[in-house]
Amino acid sequence: MSDIPQELKYTASHEWVRIEDDGTLTVGITEHAQALLGDMVFVELPDVGDDFEAEQDCAVLESVKAASDIYCPIEGQIVAVNEELEDAPEQINVNAYHEGWIFRIQPVNADHIDELMGPDEYAELVESESH
Amino acid sequence: MTTKQTTLKETPLIKAHQTMGAKLVNFGGWNMPIHYASQIDEHHQVRSDAGMFDVCHMAIVDLRGCEVIAYLAKLLANDVAKIADKPGKALYSCMLNNSGGVIDDLIIYSMEPAWVRVIVNSSTREKDIAWMRTQIGTMPVDLNERDDLAMIAVQGPNARNLATQALGDEIAGADELKPFNALLINAGADNERFVARTGYTGEDGYEIVCANDQAESMWNLLADAAVKPCGLGARDTLRLEAGMNLYGNDMDETQSPLESGLSWTVDFSNEQRQFNGREALEKQKEQGLKYKFVGLILKGKGVLRAHQKVLLEGAADGSKEGELTSGSFSPTMQQAIGFARVPLETGDTCLVEIRKKQLAAQVVKLPFVRQGKVLVE
Repeated sequence: MSDIPQELKYTASHEWVRIEDDGTLTVGITEHAQALLGDMVFVELPDVGDDFEAEQDCAVLESVKAASDIYCPIEGQIVAVNEELEDAPEQINVNAYHEGWIFRIQPVNADHIDELMGPDEYAELVESESH
Repeated sequence: MTTKQTTLKETPLIKAHQTMGAKLVNFGGWNMPIHYASQIDEHHQVRSDAGMFDVCHMAIVDLRGCEVIAYLAKLLANDVAKIADKPGKALYSCMLNNSGGVIDDLIIYSMEPAWVRVIVNSSTREKDIAWMRTQIGTMPVDLNERDDLAMIAVQGPNARNLATQALGDEIAGADELKPFNALLINAGADNERFVARTGYTGEDGYEIVCANDQAESMWNLLADAAVKPCGLGARDTLRLEAGMNLYGNDMDETQSPLESGLSWTVDFSNEQRQFNGREALEKQKEQGLKYKFVGLILKGKGVLRAHQKVLLEGAADGSKEGELTSGSFSPTMQQAIGFARVPLETGDTCLVEIRKKQLAAQVVKLPFVRQGKVLVE
């Protein structure tokens, strides 16, 4: 079973979301997703200031195997991106939940955070997809 | 990321893969290891030391009969005469349809004067066998699919040494093999081994064939000798660096070998030899080729992938374009590399369209890497 931290929120497209003290959301991909994608070799980040709708593709991760879109978990504006990934995309493989964070977003409406999955629901999703 | 579960075929090594923690994927209907841990580490392992691959999914076909050479002379674009009556010699060739398209690429091994072993791709197995049978017609050639045999590829600069250490007398005499030669050991006995000094990585090594029920113990002996199991993911980046074509990506029935970087395998020298597709290819040559097959290196960051569009710099809108046929990230070069079919007039650089951006790429001669060394500048 993959590592699914209890304090995070999740999406059906395998992003994790951490609610920061300032109300922004940090986003990355889950341990389960990084294991499926394999060795990361390139990350295309959004620009700070870009606006995205919920579920809009906003970044691209390329592993040695394939390219995958990353979807914005919530409507909002990008306030920070993890530029270190440009030179070290493998940080996503090494530590998907910390050094492997991808971007931070200021949500338009914080109420929408409740629509994200909790850890138990996400664990069920991972379980159902592996059978 | 969901995959519908179907009944996948398994090789005799499935248990060994599961024990060794392989990530298994549906690979053309077979449940095969894509990697065990890091695909990039597995790639480096083969370039610098020794790795092994389960290639039991490939199809081994034995052709026997007094007319087998005449049969292959027509079936194959390369000339079987190069290895006829030279037991142990191997030859790479395309099998063409009558319009010169590639049905498959394969390796043939001369076993005995009236016996040639053919190894074809897993994904094309059924159509290959059907075509080969049709082509036999009334010729006295017997075709036997060897589903009873398993094959393990051991590749890397230390592969042959470690294989000898691990398998000892099982592969006695293999250390004397020259590149692209093969040896049948204990012919006809239960412990028969067929050892070929061939592979699909650009490194030295063996491809070893044994009975299905002995494959797992051979795999474990090799693992005990520090030959690391590697998945088909690493096999793909290794063959890409080595400039080796992949059927279905780099050529298929709609493409000519002459525009797929395979001209060197089409042998027109014997004018009497009317191989399948010859007429079509001669016509194509007469009319002039339109494309060439090249290597590309992406100058900036990003990853090259099959089907990306290749544009000529400064070309007018609507002019001829090229296309990537394979692409990935080269672990050895730490850059994105690929193969492309591009207009003949393409120069030293071109543009590749990646997600609506046009990125500069260098055009190079293949291969990129052989025997651990980068060959392009």
